[in-house]
Amino acid sequence: MVQFSLPKNSKLRTGKTWPKPEGAKNVRKFQIYRWSPDDGENPRVDTYFVDMDDCGPMVLDALLYIKNKVDATLTFRRSCREGICGSCAMNIDGINTLACIYGLDEIKGDVRVYPLPHMPVVKDLIPDLTHFYAQHASIMPWLETKTNTPAKEWRQSIEDRKKLDGLYECVMCASCSTSCPSYWWNSDKYLGPAALLHAYRWIIDSRDEATGQRLDELEDPFKLYRCHTIMNCAKTCPKGLNPAKAIAEIKKMMVDRVV
Amino acid sequence: MRYLTDRKRAEGKGAARHGTEHHWYMQVSAVGLAFLVPTFLYIFGSALGGTRQEVLDTFSHPFAAILTALVLVVGMRHFAKGAEMMLQDYVRGTRLKISLIAVQALSYTIIATGLFALARIAL
Repeated sequence: MVQFSLPKNSKLRTGKTWPKPEGAKNVRKFQIYRWSPDDGENPRVDTYFVDMDDCGPMVLDALLYIKNKVDATLTFRRSCREGICGSCAMNIDGINTLACIYGLDEIKGDVRVYPLPHMPVVKDLIPDLTHFYAQHASIMPWLETKTNTPAKEWRQSIEDRKKLDGLYECVMCASCSTSCPSYWWNSDKYLGPAALLHAYRWIIDSRDEATGQRLDELEDPFKLYRCHTIMNCAKTCPKGLNPAKAIAEIKKMMVDRVV
Repeated sequence: MRYLTDRKRAEGKGAARHGTEHHWYMQVSAVGLAFLVPTFLYIFGSALGGTRQEVLDTFSHPFAAILTALVLVVGMRHFAKGAEMMLQDYVRGTRLKISLIAVQALSYTIIATGLFALARIAL
């Protein structure tokens, strides 16, 4: 059976409550998941207080405030701070999203920050995305052609280029895949919404000549058909994309091949 | 401990090259049941409360008998394939294989029992 409950060494305990910033009038409470592979202890939830008058408007700003002014050991990924790199994906207030583009004003009450669910944790808010990236690589995310490379360029009509809109924008933050129950239980075999969205991006590309091969590689009860149209992926995507629709389009193409 | 590359773990045993027929069967049977079940419920409901002979007369009518047979066959096959999907989601290894056999056996047993009863009534 799949494991529905956390193993003993993953059970959360209450962590440290850090002091409130001195003299601050506008203070907000943050509850943040902490775990280090070095101390052998169970994960804990630490409580921090952020002076909102000295902090930017996004969740990432608050995390940086904590790291710079309260607890330098808090560990998380971040890079572009504008929703392009996908590094700062985490579970904020119960939603998988990017900390850099998620406003603190969108959250009522205390701010709860956890790593992306159902992934191995490297440290604190950093999930291990090794398998996720390997799955992405397995769908051959590049232009596959058999015709000799043209002298100038592979041409594409404006209409065909438009078909890539809503697909190419994916930043591989893993918010969608880690919100998908099918991916939670079967990530060893199921490719998940992000990899399938990318697969469809290359299947639908008018310049790609490996459509049949790509569909062959996806035709599997687990790789593709583990998607039960739960739609968590579309609901959570911080870029507003719809991986569920891309998966449905792949399924339609599969049916078109046999019916 | 196994020294497998990340790519090998991700690709596993490769694609099974099937699954579309299962997906298409579920779509087709769902559409079929959307018509069959309400009609069956109407006939079943209208027979409720009648005497034994009235109920037997209702289900010995060719339309009602064929419709009931279709509901049994299509419904139970739809159930079996749906349950197969659900079991694959949550169960692993030998338990999965035994569960899949049990579900298929249950589905065919209900179909056979229902058709036998229907034949006794209608023929």
